[in-house]
Amino acid sequence: MSKKYDAGVKEYRDTYWTPDYVPLDTDLLACFKCTGQEGVPREEVAAAVAAESSTGTWSTVWSELLTDLDFYKGRCYRIEDVPGDKESFYAFIAYPLDLFEEGSITNVLTSLVGNVFGFKALRHLRLEDIRFPIAFIKTCMGPPNGIVVERDRMNKYGRPLLGCTIKPKLGLSGKNYGRVVYECLRGGLDFTKDDENINSQPFQRWQNRFEFVAEAVRSAQEETGEKKGHYLNCTANTPEEMYERAEFAKELGQPIIMHDYITGGFTANTGLAKWCRKNGMLLHIHRAMHAVIDRHPKHGIHFRVLAKCLRLSGGDQLHTGTVVGKLEGDRQTTLGYIDQLRESFVPEDRTRGNFFDQDWGSMGGVFAVASGGIHVWHMPALVAIFGDDSVLQFGGGTHGHPWGSAAGAAANRVALEACVKARNAGREIEREGRDILTEAAKHSPELAIALETWKEIKFEFDTVDKLDV
Amino acid sequence: MPFKSTVGDYQTVATLETFGFLPPFTQDEIYDQIAYIIAQGWSPLIEHVHPSRSMATYWSYWKLPFFGEKDLGVIVSELEAAHRAYPDHHVRLVGYDAYTQSQGACFVVFEGR
Repeated sequence: MSKKYDAGVKEYRDTYWTPDYVPLDTDLLACFKCTGQEGVPREEVAAAVAAESSTGTWSTVWSELLTDLDFYKGRCYRIEDVPGDKESFYAFIAYPLDLFEEGSITNVLTSLVGNVFGFKALRHLRLEDIRFPIAFIKTCMGPPNGIVVERDRMNKYGRPLLGCTIKPKLGLSGKNYGRVVYECLRGGLDFTKDDENINSQPFQRWQNRFEFVAEAVRSAQEETGEKKGHYLNCTANTPEEMYERAEFAKELGQPIIMHDYITGGFTANTGLAKWCRKNGMLLHIHRAMHAVIDRHPKHGIHFRVLAKCLRLSGGDQLHTGTVVGKLEGDRQTTLGYIDQLRESFVPEDRTRGNFFDQDWGSMGGVFAVASGGIHVWHMPALVAIFGDDSVLQFGGGTHGHPWGSAAGAAANRVALEACVKARNAGREIEREGRDILTEAAKHSPELAIALETWKEIKFEFDTVDKLDV
Repeated sequence: MPFKSTVGDYQTVATLETFGFLPPFTQDEIYDQIAYIIAQGWSPLIEHVHPSRSMATYWSYWKLPFFGEKDLGVIVSELEAAHRAYPDHHVRLVGYDAYTQSQGACFVVFEGR
């Protein structure tokens, strides 16, 4: 049915607020927390968000009539109160699948969190969750390897993996850096990690670091009889440089590389993930800059969205916070998004912050990485919260050991295995944590000293961003 | 001030992955782990290898995976039989998870020499 062109400014809600709409299985659904300017009705704000993140412009334009815009428009189909918050509300918006290029997270985010976030009718806007339709998910490659393949490659079963970031994070020469890697790995860690700030600085160019690290990994592997790896950071200033570093890591026979997916960008990340699939390389993902985007409870993007986007873009391990350490993170929320990384289906559950049922189909899982201000006393809680499909990373908690990094690594390994053993035997490890660690320390002077060293450290601040319940 | 060293020397140890940093398990502790494997719905599986090949991906199966075996006693006697047949081999117990095609548990019960 043809329409007449009627120039001027229409209210958004006339076109984009459709409370009777029943979303299709192929629609991409989004939940935004909206805080409008005073006096603007909710339906108008919500419709404006739907319009500005899909087909709309502030004024009616003649060229709209050259197509069937009703087929392409995003629609707000539901508005909900935010519990305990009178000024904000949730807007649920459905976007037709054809608005997005196949397999492109970059394209999805450009639409959903583009211009609309600067829109004047809004005071704040936060993207809380996205339901990716399975039709879109099947166009993404996802993790280059996934949890099962990573376990097979690294020969690690029945427990969380253990890692640590090399410290000091800046300023070591390549040879000294390799020494610290070697100490950690011979002490019992599975992985060590480049600090995200390490790229290719004057004090340590990347080739030099890669060569010494490769030797450290090889030596530790030979001496301990266990598989080892070091996340070689390939994040670089250009994609060409990034691939060159990845190729060299492969030439050196290394099992895993690393990328910073937010500062590096989704396009670079998806490209590197594809390279990893093709070249049999594991991919560790760091998330520098995430807190700029996800920490404010009313503005930005919730980390569960960034986590979902990473699983689709590709990565085998992703940092998720620790719940118990020095960095922000509420327990239920964290459990909610680590489910999104690892499970094949995640049901809607507002107590975990998941706003939609999410079907991941056959897409591989991503290890949850807990890192930042954790030490050996946190081990029982970490094993209980994160379960086996995780990498627990103790930086200060390894290098800060009075005997050095190797002993610190051993202390963490003993503590980890004692907790896993106790859990399997049916003990409640969080409640009995002190006893479990104290018993284990009888056979390990390294653990006994670690327990003594960190007995007073606590990080008990309230989280800034809490679930709305 | 007199010199007082508080730093110990950490000696590298060759270990066999999960539980390699704990003292050898008692019989009761091994039973606990078998019970855990069975309770998870995983199939017990026994593998063995000569210590010179411990880093190989494939260790020899002892018989076949014990698909659906729920009897703890059966697994204990199979472990002992494997150890008797290959006294100089490492013998490990796996909790095989057919759903993920992965191993929910895996640890060495008898170390070969």
